[in-house]
Amino acid sequence: MRKFILRYLIPRFLQFLTITFVGITVTFIIPRLSPTDPVEAQISMMMARSETLDPQSIASMRAALTDMYGLSGSPVQQYFAFWGRLLRGDLGPSLANFPTPVSEMIGQAMPYTLSLLVTAVIISWIFGNLFGALSSYYPKNKALNVIEVLGQAVRPIPYYIVALVLLVVFAFFIPIFPFSGAYPIGTRPSWSIGFIWTYIKHSVLPVATLVLVGFGGWFIGMKSLTSNIISEDYVVYAEAAGLKGIKILNHYIMRNALLPQLTGLAMSLGAVFSGALIMEVVFGFPGLGMLTMAAVLRNDYSMIMGIAIYSIIGVAVAVFLMDLIYPLFDPRVRYQ
Amino acid sequence: MFRVLRDLLRYDGRFRFAFILLAAVVVMVLLSFVSPDDPNKTFVVAMDAPPSLEHLFGTSSRGQDIFWWLTFAVRNSLIMGVITAAISRVIAIIVGLTAGYQGGWLDRVLMSVNDSFVIMPLLPILILLGFLLRDMMNLFLLGVVLGFFGWPYDARLIRSQVLSLKERSFTRTAVYSGTNGFWITINEHLPFVLPIVFATTINNLLWSIGMEVTLSVMGLSDLTTPSIGTALFWANQHGALVAGVWWWIAAPALVAIILFLGLYLFFASINEYIDPRTRLRLIGG
Amino acid sequence: MTLLGVQNLCAYYRTEIYGISRTVRAVDGVSFDLLPDEIYGVAGESSCGKTTLIKVISGNIKPPLKVNSGSINYHFGTYDVDMVHISQEELRRTVRWKEISYVMQGSMSVLNPVRKIIRTFEDIVDTHERITDKKKFLEKTREHINRLGLPTEILDSYPHQLSGGMRQRVAIALATVFQPSLIIADEPTTALDVVVQRGVLQMIKDIQALSNNTVLLVTHDMAVHANVADRVMIMYAGRIAEEAPTESIFNAPLHPYTQHLIRSLPTLGERSTKASLRGAPPNLANPPSGCRFHVRCPYVMDVCRTEVPDLVPVRENHRVACHLVKEASL
Repeated sequence: MRKFILRYLIPRFLQFLTITFVGITVTFIIPRLSPTDPVEAQISMMMARSETLDPQSIASMRAALTDMYGLSGSPVQQYFAFWGRLLRGDLGPSLANFPTPVSEMIGQAMPYTLSLLVTAVIISWIFGNLFGALSSYYPKNKALNVIEVLGQAVRPIPYYIVALVLLVVFAFFIPIFPFSGAYPIGTRPSWSIGFIWTYIKHSVLPVATLVLVGFGGWFIGMKSLTSNIISEDYVVYAEAAGLKGIKILNHYIMRNALLPQLTGLAMSLGAVFSGALIMEVVFGFPGLGMLTMAAVLRNDYSMIMGIAIYSIIGVAVAVFLMDLIYPLFDPRVRYQ
Repeated sequence: MFRVLRDLLRYDGRFRFAFILLAAVVVMVLLSFVSPDDPNKTFVVAMDAPPSLEHLFGTSSRGQDIFWWLTFAVRNSLIMGVITAAISRVIAIIVGLTAGYQGGWLDRVLMSVNDSFVIMPLLPILILLGFLLRDMMNLFLLGVVLGFFGWPYDARLIRSQVLSLKERSFTRTAVYSGTNGFWITINEHLPFVLPIVFATTINNLLWSIGMEVTLSVMGLSDLTTPSIGTALFWANQHGALVAGVWWWIAAPALVAIILFLGLYLFFASINEYIDPRTRLRLIGG
Repeated sequence: MTLLGVQNLCAYYRTEIYGISRTVRAVDGVSFDLLPDEIYGVAGESSCGKTTLIKVISGNIKPPLKVNSGSINYHFGTYDVDMVHISQEELRRTVRWKEISYVMQGSMSVLNPVRKIIRTFEDIVDTHERITDKKKFLEKTREHINRLGLPTEILDSYPHQLSGGMRQRVAIALATVFQPSLIIADEPTTALDVVVQRGVLQMIKDIQALSNNTVLLVTHDMAVHANVADRVMIMYAGRIAEEAPTESIFNAPLHPYTQHLIRSLPTLGERSTKASLRGAPPNLANPPSGCRFHVRCPYVMDVCRTEVPDLVPVRENHRVACHLVKEASL
């Protein structure tokens, strides 16, 4: 057991720390490289909103903003102060919704994004892998061939365009699904069956987009993995021993092919997350994506910053969790 | 090289299809040089006219012929994609080769950083960048920025190819016969690495143009330059769907689909041709 | 009564891709019989067709491999099986593992890496004889592997926790679970060190002596044949060159190829240099005309280039396909 911790857990944990470190540092460096000075921009914006301010107020405002943005002191000092605030969970206040803290607004929006993300990832991963494996074990099946072509056709198209097409077809031309939002305007979110039902109805299109685009990727990956595994010795052996096709597919092929697909799942979380954000923009879903869009429109610098940081940490944690789950499936990692 | 194209054209239906799609894209790009309309001028033709023989894709609410505008859009998007591809190839090759050849702690550090970039959700970061650079953002700058983020996946591929080449006996023969390390890389290994680089370039194109579309739609790039993303942005700005000017949305979407589908199928066919394992699988059919 | 009768078997690989079609004539006119209660060795260098021969005999015929002509007939005590025409489903139900089992080349990787050994046993046994009493099954399996000299703990292990030699022996244990009439062993000792090799070979001999079945042993290692085989068949380029009892093959080889094989084996105390055959094994997509060995044969005659020599018995139980030998015996 100790060996396991040493050989597996610690490197994975270090990787988690590295991702977080690299990501946060990048997020730290980028704004400081940009030509726009957020403090000045903020001040000029406030002045443009025709708030009359006397020079003294402007000066104290500038000092307060500089401090709030963490721009006071030398770059090194800023860096450490940055980490200090982060570890306390302080992402600063939202500029557009002053003084609501960014973390609070993210916390409100997060469940919506998560619900889309988790649903879509699970559905597309499971079905993509399932059909991919079937398609390589039964290569002559016409239905599977059609599914493969469809999956391949949708896969390279950016999330936005697929969402657009789905929106136009299913909300516009054939109005089955609602146009936007997560629930009709005026409804209060609750745990009632009625609310859950309309929530599901509103989620269908965004989830469907994510699933359609992701499905093709898993399908193709699984198909090629499975084809390689089919020619592996232990599969040929199992066939020579007369094992039934379904048993071979389940225990010999799938169990082995799913291992690299699990790793791939962890790797793809970042990309799917990005996709979910775009979905929310297209479908007006009140999650992180809409929050970002609003922030961009209203020049809410600290909100955008906060979302970037939050996304990085969130994905890094998710990947680390997946790393912890992986040994449950692969005995080679469990017993060194 | 031509034999590859000829074989694929003759025997692979999917490649033929991709070839047609890409040919259409190339035609559009070429047409942009003979466009009668200047994309920077608005309100040149009648507004909101549906597709007809005179205006192939109809006209927009800004009084521009959508078809000719799109020829510029396609050209610009592709140019940006090429810039990204070039920059990220260079970085990917450098990182991949270094990590593969040096090994040891340098390799582990590089790969750690590499994986961080792979896992990180890029969109929030790019939105942050786009937001900050808004004023001076243009397609060229976007291409450069994307180039600095588009290398990690391919660097890893190149590295694993280098690792497997290092172990092959012909490398050891070259080393034992005294050939200088640099020349081994150039003469012996590059022919194996280049096909991978080529295949990943197409993948990279898909990714970068996709990113451009996404960022432009959110209004985070230069909105005066025609590109596929900005086309959709403007259409949304003018509420095209609601106003019933559906062709303003459909045309760029259609062009985008043709471009992406064409590139992807092209990439998939070439990949299958090169990879000996898929060939084996095809034979067994 | 023979266990297996193979007549004029021709099995080719046909490939067609990107406009290039190729036919590899891996097995081209092979006829031999297997008798019950014997160890039959098949020898020959790489790409002589022996692996294809085994694939076809055990019914593992998948495209691009196809049986072109010939017959493969089994006589298992009470019923007969025509391997060329039997359906995969019937093969799976009646023949596989119960009558014919397999010890594969490189048994290192024949075990599913994510399944414990006992599970693999369970899979195989359950497929052919539904396990109703799990405890009884476990006991019988434990007895079986103990009898073969393996410790009980391996049943609870994963394949990667066992050494290569262990895994090979597990593979043999798996192959003998139903006491089949025919065990096909494909290079069972390759990639093992000599000490382990001896153990594996001893295991095979013991099993055969115990159950009086037939073992078809395929290996290019002549020393293995000398050790365990009763009869040996030498294959070259998809055809049989010579077939005889082991002693005759080693003491009085008749085919020039066999002679070369035997001569190349080192003996204790010998210090002379060995000459190697000129040339390389033929390309089976484009084989030489006439006797396929004529390009490398030191005694080649004109007739060898044009006419294919028939496999004829020149002594009791001894068949050779060579114009030279035929002439000499006339």
